[in-house]
Amino acid sequence: MSSSRQLRSGQVEFLVNGERVQADLSLHTTLLDFLRSRDLTGAKEGCAEGECGACAVVLVKSNSSASGAADSTFSPINSCLMLLPMAAGQEIYTVEALAGSKDLAAVQQAMVDHGGSQCGYCTPGFVMSLFAEYYRPGRTGACDPHAMAGNLCRCTGYRPIRDAALSLAAAPEDSFCERLSRPAPAIDSVELESRGSIFQRPGTLAKCLALLSADPQARLVAGATDLVVESNLRGRRFSHLISVEALPELRAFREDEREVELGAALALSEIPVLWKDAPQVLRDWMELFASPLIRNRATLGGNLATASPIGDSAPLLLALDAQVRLAGTEGERIIPLASFFTGYRQTALGPGELIVSILIPKPLPQNVRFFKVAKRKMDDISTVAAAFAINLDSNGRVARARLAYGGVAPVPLRVLQAEEALLGGSWDESVIQRAQKVLERTLKPISDHRGSAAYRLAMAGSLLEKFWWEQHEEAVA
Amino acid sequence: MKIVGQAVPHESARGHVTGEALYTDDLLSRFPGLLHAWPVLSPHAHARLLKLDAAPALDEPGVCAILTGADVPGENDSGAARHDEPLFPAEIMYHQQPVAWVLGETLEAARLGAARVVAEYQPLHPVLTIEDAILAGSFHSPPMRIVRGDSQSALASSPHRFEGELAIGGQEHFYLETQSSIAWLDESGGIMVESSTQHPSETQEIVARALGIARHQVTVECLRMGGAFGGKEVQANPYSAIAALGAWKTRRPVRVRLPRFLDMALTGKRHPFLARFSAGFDHDGHILALKLVLYSDAGWSLDLSEPVMARALFHSDNCYFIPALDATGLICLTHKTSQTAFRGFGGPQGMLVIEDVLDRIARTLSLPPEIVRERNFYREGHSTHYGQPVKDAGRIARIWNQLKETSNLVPRRAEIERYNAAHPHRKRGIAITPVKFGISFTATMFNQAGALVLIYKDGSVQVNHGGTEMGQGLHTKIRQIAAESLGVPESAIRIMPPRTDKIPNTSATAASASSDLNGAAVVDACSQLKARLAPVAAGLLGADASEIHFADGNVSAGNKALPFAQVVEAAYRQRIPLFAQGFYRTPEIHYDPQTMQGRPFYYFAYGAAVSEVEIDGFTGEYRVLRTDILHDVGESLSPLVDRGQVEGGFIQGLGWLTLEELVWDSQGRLMTNGASTYKLPAWSELPQEFHVEFLTRAAEPGVVFGSKAVGEPPLMLAISVREALRDAIAAFGSGGVVALDSPATLERVFWAVKRARSRQPVRELSAAGVSNG
Repeated sequence: MSSSRQLRSGQVEFLVNGERVQADLSLHTTLLDFLRSRDLTGAKEGCAEGECGACAVVLVKSNSSASGAADSTFSPINSCLMLLPMAAGQEIYTVEALAGSKDLAAVQQAMVDHGGSQCGYCTPGFVMSLFAEYYRPGRTGACDPHAMAGNLCRCTGYRPIRDAALSLAAAPEDSFCERLSRPAPAIDSVELESRGSIFQRPGTLAKCLALLSADPQARLVAGATDLVVESNLRGRRFSHLISVEALPELRAFREDEREVELGAALALSEIPVLWKDAPQVLRDWMELFASPLIRNRATLGGNLATASPIGDSAPLLLALDAQVRLAGTEGERIIPLASFFTGYRQTALGPGELIVSILIPKPLPQNVRFFKVAKRKMDDISTVAAAFAINLDSNGRVARARLAYGGVAPVPLRVLQAEEALLGGSWDESVIQRAQKVLERTLKPISDHRGSAAYRLAMAGSLLEKFWWEQHEEAVA
Repeated sequence: MKIVGQAVPHESARGHVTGEALYTDDLLSRFPGLLHAWPVLSPHAHARLLKLDAAPALDEPGVCAILTGADVPGENDSGAARHDEPLFPAEIMYHQQPVAWVLGETLEAARLGAARVVAEYQPLHPVLTIEDAILAGSFHSPPMRIVRGDSQSALASSPHRFEGELAIGGQEHFYLETQSSIAWLDESGGIMVESSTQHPSETQEIVARALGIARHQVTVECLRMGGAFGGKEVQANPYSAIAALGAWKTRRPVRVRLPRFLDMALTGKRHPFLARFSAGFDHDGHILALKLVLYSDAGWSLDLSEPVMARALFHSDNCYFIPALDATGLICLTHKTSQTAFRGFGGPQGMLVIEDVLDRIARTLSLPPEIVRERNFYREGHSTHYGQPVKDAGRIARIWNQLKETSNLVPRRAEIERYNAAHPHRKRGIAITPVKFGISFTATMFNQAGALVLIYKDGSVQVNHGGTEMGQGLHTKIRQIAAESLGVPESAIRIMPPRTDKIPNTSATAASASSDLNGAAVVDACSQLKARLAPVAAGLLGADASEIHFADGNVSAGNKALPFAQVVEAAYRQRIPLFAQGFYRTPEIHYDPQTMQGRPFYYFAYGAAVSEVEIDGFTGEYRVLRTDILHDVGESLSPLVDRGQVEGGFIQGLGWLTLEELVWDSQGRLMTNGASTYKLPAWSELPQEFHVEFLTRAAEPGVVFGSKAVGEPPLMLAISVREALRDAIAAFGSGGVVALDSPATLERVFWAVKRARSRQPVRELSAAGVSNG
């Protein structure tokens, strides 16, 4: 559908299960609310904060992986975290579209046969995540159960759902395959206004900056995985949202011999696909970063701009000496990420300024690891996150050290004094202990429901020791 | 072909995977003019409500009405056990307790309206922890006590003694579907409630009570629930009552659905417990005496806390013969949500304590914990501390020995020792723990059930029974039972959603006993119908009624057979009634709540599990490497369903014991009130290797088709994970008792490892909350 028809109208248009639908603009109604109001009640609200996946539906998105012949891919998302106007121009499939008049879809049949449902409330969400995995372009072998890692089940304990996924072989040449052979809808610019609510999705950076400077009250939004939690859970209401989803400048990926540049509005799940020779640490980091359903919407720029002290992105990017490219009506500037966070949930972004991209200099450090300590190993918010990067000189002495943390201070930070304590030392237990003493002296974490201050402080030092030990152990083994 | 015992998919599986299976809140569009309700919430955990001015809410566009105490035509109370739960309170008893409800054309209007209500409070001092309650003498009821032998003198004469304490956290049900109700006036002025309730009859009772009308004016139906786990046994009642009051006042359909953050803030949870114990034992690890005081953190109202405590006391023996046992239970009144039923119903807390004690005995004596456990097993002829003979006590050792064998426990222990010797910062641990769980409601009167079976002239059958479906597969089993009993294919049977106008005065779907009770009632009804159809068939087939056989959709005598439908049609023409009521009451059980002695349970469900874990000493992080389960489900009615109950119960228990942590702050606010702060088991918690077997040759005589209850018992198999963690923690040190409060979060494990390494008592530093419930 063309974007021009949505210009200055109060009607959001998109495709649901192949049918064009229209909806009145609202800046607090979620896609989930809308679907359920249209009697598509398969998607359920389990938590309204993107944690449980009971509301999962799929979007048709471009297949950026270039694996498989398909032009498009099904991208499962939490419909509870997508505000209605963000669906403008999207093509959406819900669980109701899967079964034929007589036969269940293969993913549904597999769930039935393996006893994958008990109460059934979470099941449509699991089915949609598995559906997207089943049709994933270039998939070989069975479906990966981790594709459903953003879905929670309280009844089954997951074993039968895992077995259902593992029982599924190649997808047939059916109408869904056929759909993926065609391009995904372009996410164009839109401008919607109704009864005091404005939603704009500009198509150029210049336009976006102009809109932003014209209304200082406007809120910038990318994947909205944080913003909609505010509205769903805390009743926060917005009158003017500006989406960056259609800005090509923020969706670019560039790599040369000096650096890698990641567009601030790339979905997290796109990054390892675009950055083909990304280091292992990046892949490890992504596995621990939220869940697949969130990674299909959340962005690096969003994660940095919210400036949460426990955001997953900052520690690793700090350890990699990342910089951020900012743009405002005055022009562009590049600053080190280390100076981006200015206080608790405060950043160096000036009024009307936004993050265009994140720059990671090359070469990457020799030894770099990301650690995330959280109550639950996967899809949890960290109690403490840490990223360490160490270069040794030819004598085995520490030539360069980056110790970056989240969850130990009001901002994500590098602990410069502890880094200094490592410099020039030989990479052994004594130098680690020296740095640990500095960490203990410098950091003043807080206690909350995720962990005590004492535990957080202990982790700051303990993770460094673990980093060293695991390399040491590897060297010995 | 036998239908019972077949591994059939869940009766609604097709509806689950297509999204066609409907839950209460999926029905909204069927109610034009529906109003949405939103509560006005108290900002205090304990306060007096001084003033409530609701009128400003009516200025909000779209607000239609406000419900306050003045709108209650009947009794302003939803307390089931004791009338102690005002729907509209004068005294606030927990943080965010609703004081009024606003009804709006949209949820948004109701929410905005609620924000406009003016309420004034006089804050009062809240009691927020078990320790505070003990100091303040804040209890719901007098102490409950079970005594066997003279534990005082047995303790004094024991060669070894210790005292200890164990804090046990609660658990949020986190049913994926939150509390939901829709109420509307029916065609004849009565009220109809569609409710996500485990107990339609009690919901009916509470709605009638609030409206001040007779129960026959109220009909409650439950289509199905998106999980319940005990959390909708009584806690659905107030929300159904609010919906009904709203419909009564406005004459329009009213929907109450709690969003997750309110469901977690307002509804009760598994009781946190504190256990204090003194144990006496001999050199071989035989426990000689146990003196035990259990405190439960019951929250603001009595709820089901008395039977929960009773079950905790009944299960404080687990599988062990304790010659002198003195167990006391105290139910603390605190200013928190009203803690309630949750899968296991006190049993898990009671069992956890004795397993904790046995591990301490083993480590005090430097004996392997499994040796100490098996030395203390009940044997045939033993009775429990409440005077019930331990039926099939021999099964404990039979399961134990078989599982030790199939899980390779002994060789793996040696392997683990080698691993641990080579890894200073990673340690593995393994443990085997048993389960004995009593089946029946301890309140004897609840052990009854009714069924209504309707045969239509085409031979198709509707089965009504009193049990609700929450995912546990009850309807699946009932359909198999009915099909088997009538000798018709499953496709001929339709299970109807439970409604109070079909089966009256039902018991809650709870206590794991619903297929036992309702299944037997269905068998009774089917037997009556067959007895009526047999003479008809005999006439048609020219056979004797005693020769008639019902199977595979046919009614036969010898080699002559007629389709079931043809016999039904003939019976109709002969004016034979084609519907029957079935009834069942559990025999032989009796129990005196005064002395806490008797035979409260019809039988015991048994099982055991072996779990192996690995701990990272740097962080306290751990993973479950392998779990092996051998569980006694009798003759399984439905193996796919039963396996699902065993696996799902185990993982839910693992959540309770390891990562699910409720934290309240010093104001009584629940800090873990959403999925982002309260972590359920996810994929990462699934044991890397997971084996589940059922005990064979296990038919339970006197229970429907030889089956056994399976809903709750497997939850307690997860104690093996906690005990394996203690085993691994011990491996970081050089022996000695491992104290570990529950849940064993990575932080608690980290500090326990530190204590084990230093062999010095390190004070455990708790999180910010005053109470780690």
